[in-house]
Amino acid sequence: MNSFKTSLSLALALSVSLWFSGGCGQNTFREGERLYKTHCANCHMDDGIGLSALIPPLAGSDYLNKHREQLPCILRYGLSDTIFVNGKMYAEKMPGVPTLSEIHITNLLNFINNSWGNRNGVYRLEEVRAALEKCQ
Amino acid sequence: MKHFIFTIFTLFALILACTEPDKRVLPILGERDLVNGDTVYRSVPDFSFVDQDSQIVTNASFKDKIYVVDFFFIHCPTICPKVKANGLRIYQKYKNDPRVALLSHSIDVKNDTVAALKRHAQKLGVGKPGWYLVTGDHDAIYGIADDYFSVAVENPDAPGGFDHSGRLILVDRNRHVRSFCDGTDAADVDRFMQDIDILLAEQFGTR
Ligand code: HEC
Repeated sequence: MNSFKTSLSLALALSVSLWFSGGCGQNTFREGERLYKTHCANCHMDDGIGLSALIPPLAGSDYLNKHREQLPCILRYGLSDTIFVNGKMYAEKMPGVPTLSEIHITNLLNFINNSWGNRNGVYRLEEVRAALEKCQ
Repeated sequence: MKHFIFTIFTLFALILACTEPDKRVLPILGERDLVNGDTVYRSVPDFSFVDQDSQIVTNASFKDKIYVVDFFFIHCPTICPKVKANGLRIYQKYKNDPRVALLSHSIDVKNDTVAALKRHAQKLGVGKPGWYLVTGDHDAIYGIADDYFSVAVENPDAPGGFDHSGRLILVDRNRHVRSFCDGTDAADVDRFMQDIDILLAEQFGTR
């Protein structure tokens, strides 16, 4: 029984550490992927490539790293600004999704920052919560 | 053993079917009337809209062309960008072929002005004569949508309505609808692009 408990907690620890290291690839961010398909893929496309000069890419986007703290607010409240993504200018409008919870946003950000070759690390819930408190 | 022979046979038939050139003939879709004993297919009615360059677009603009129709609006948060992305694939494949054009109708006549359409086309990276983006009288746009879709949609009462169906519709030189696809579904658009080639061969002969 004891050895069963140890192996169980070992397995648990392993999966948690895998989750944080992103060791399981795309599968790690299933919930984020589901949310992405529902709320974002129509515009940014399934493979995150965007659309011409109308919708910026998320795959390989340098914007993600440079604006790490702003991303939670962008997802919830949208963005209508003149921005540069990989040197290309975009002056369009993105609607936010006000109904996204802090957990939704964390899952979404972890998915887009670690998919399609992106390796931008993970967000913690506390970080997202703090960022959301500072949205204008 | 029987199974084995059967499997080999099926495989062989499959290979044959796959290598055989596409000999499908596209049907003429839509309602037909009987006039003096002859079958007459309903065709796309006369229309007149304004394009991204402020020029009038009518049926005559597509004389001697086959063309692909869709309905969209610029600030569409849902399926439009996906349909546009697939439209872009069609545009890129045929942009140097004067026999094929795309015709996108805006269903947001208030906001999608000629200037807005022009800007949208430029940002998308498309232009005439390959891709016309048009606006016009509200009722005329919605009316022609009905005309195209009552042909292409088996069930016009389908939820969501035509304006969000994201369909791409293929019209031949004789104003008949010949094929359609779900513009959000890349695989369906692949099949649709084969239909365009079939129609080109039928109406212009193979190049
Ligand atoms: C209606 C289309 C649309 C939807 C839906 C949409 N976006 Fe955007 N997104 C845009 C546009 C357009 C911009 C550029 C805005 C600007 O120019 O100010 C943008 C910009 C961005 C950016 C910053 C630029 C970049 O490419 O790195 C991020 C990050 C982003 N979107 C993520 C998302 C996420 C995550 C979702 C889903 C919750 C989403 N977007 C839903 C259209 C959309």
